[in-house]
Amino acid sequence: MGTFITLTRRELAGHFLSFRGYVILAGVQFLLGLSLLLIVDALNNRPFDLPITEKFPSTGLFWLVLLLVTPVITMRTFAREKSTGTFETLMTTPVSDLQVVMAKFTGALGFYLLTFLPMAAFPFILKHYAAVFPVVDAGPVASTFLGIALIGSFFMALGCFTSSLTRSQIVAAMASFTLGTGIFMVGLLGEISPPTDTPMYAALRHISVLEHMKDFSSGIIDSRHVIFYLSLTAVFLFLTCQAIGSRRWK
Amino acid sequence: MADDTHDIPTPKPMIEVENLTKLYGSRPAIRDVSFTVGRGEIVGFLGPNGAGKSTTMRILAGFLAATEGTVRIAGHDVAGASREVRRRVGFMPENNPLHSDMRVREYLKFRARLKGLSRQASRDRVDEVIEQFDLTDVARQMIGELSKGYRQRVGLADALVHEPAVIILDEPTIGLDPHQVRTVRQCIKQLADNHTVLISSHILPEVEVTCTKLMIFHEGRVVAADTPANLERTLGGQQRITVELEAEPEVLETAWEEMAEVEHHRITPAEGRYQRCRLTPRDGLDLRPEIAALARARGWPLRELTRDRHTLEDIFVHITRKEED
Repeated sequence: MGTFITLTRRELAGHFLSFRGYVILAGVQFLLGLSLLLIVDALNNRPFDLPITEKFPSTGLFWLVLLLVTPVITMRTFAREKSTGTFETLMTTPVSDLQVVMAKFTGALGFYLLTFLPMAAFPFILKHYAAVFPVVDAGPVASTFLGIALIGSFFMALGCFTSSLTRSQIVAAMASFTLGTGIFMVGLLGEISPPTDTPMYAALRHISVLEHMKDFSSGIIDSRHVIFYLSLTAVFLFLTCQAIGSRRWK
Repeated sequence: MADDTHDIPTPKPMIEVENLTKLYGSRPAIRDVSFTVGRGEIVGFLGPNGAGKSTTMRILAGFLAATEGTVRIAGHDVAGASREVRRRVGFMPENNPLHSDMRVREYLKFRARLKGLSRQASRDRVDEVIEQFDLTDVARQMIGELSKGYRQRVGLADALVHEPAVIILDEPTIGLDPHQVRTVRQCIKQLADNHTVLISSHILPEVEVTCTKLMIFHEGRVVAADTPANLERTLGGQQRITVELEAEPEVLETAWEEMAEVEHHRITPAEGRYQRCRLTPRDGLDLRPEIAALARARGWPLRELTRDRHTLEDIFVHITRKEED
């Protein structure tokens, strides 16, 4: 446990010790600020009686953050250590592969969640300034954050996996961007295709990240969604463990 | 050079390597490598790039797994009890990779904690290694801003911070200036007292002066393993002596003829009234004391007396030729 904490602290600190970390923070703040602007604009135009958090994913900016920023956060996890050679010094200390993978994942997820932290102020800002009192409930706000965290952890695990396959950070980022966008597109396909009774359509809706986020943002915590993201995260972390253990394959 | 106190047989060797083979795809990086290293020995791995030194070291340090063969360090199997082995090994990989965004003390503490030292123990040990490698002045500096010599010392301090029984250093002096090389070499020599050390290099004098045993790698095999003195004896025939004396060539001619240990000689005039002689001694004997005594006895002014040092090429040419025969 001590080793895991030491490694996680180092991972998290690593994000703040590079210029890249601050570019990410600034970029995310810009996009989230923009989404606040769009929400305010939506409130100005017509009265809104649904939870205000529902507006959040539909601005589209959250998806931009998720698809563009997560690969940039995770690309360094393994690829950077492999290219600088510190991966060798790390793996020759008495740490287990699982400890390393979990620490890198936790560090990346922690940084990702921190970039969303300023967003926690949005409900209060809206409450304070909105002329027409918008519906800001603690419940939907919490479930929206849960959705951000769960979908984020899946994308983080995916990014860790692609980063563990290569020593090039660019390749790692491109691969996780491609996979992530692919998964998003599958959801989008379910969104835009006309509703039918086919199992294909049902399957598309079922794995649609857009659909899931819509639920989370309206205050619905569906255990299927929770299990979906937790299991996908576990699968990709398992694959990451296998990838970094592959150097010991005969 | 070869200190006999290091050769005292210990009940159990520190490192036992048996029939180690590592394939990358179908290309063997090392083939059937076997050796043992006793407690307190300093062993030098010698060979050109790609000869299998780094691969062997990586397997010993528990980073890679061998395709075939076993490695036991302090009685623990590298494949089966990897973490036990890693606890006992301090490894500095090639090019000494460090986190350039960390400060020296912070980095060493991070490493000590990873290697399983408690908070208090890591603090104490980090203070000790900082002292030992003279890093006090840079302890608060960023590693990325350090000179290469300092970086190397940080790498050595890291390899030692958990007091490992075995220290494996891959090319510890590569890219250093001669002064830094000397400092690092001194550091390594100090370690011999209570550690077993493996160093790799492709420069012979480098390992010759520090090691009790040399292992020469060639195309994935160990082609020679012996003490530096014995290796030198084997290759003695090629160790020629250069002398510059002020004397008549004819006189010198007869002097060398009379010296039984001189197998072959050649005299060429040098600047001034000096004569440059190249002597090939029999059985690799070191004739320098005899020649100096002779010059003194005859009253010849002597301005140079050197014995060829082996270059890696010499050893290489010699050993690989022997292999092919």
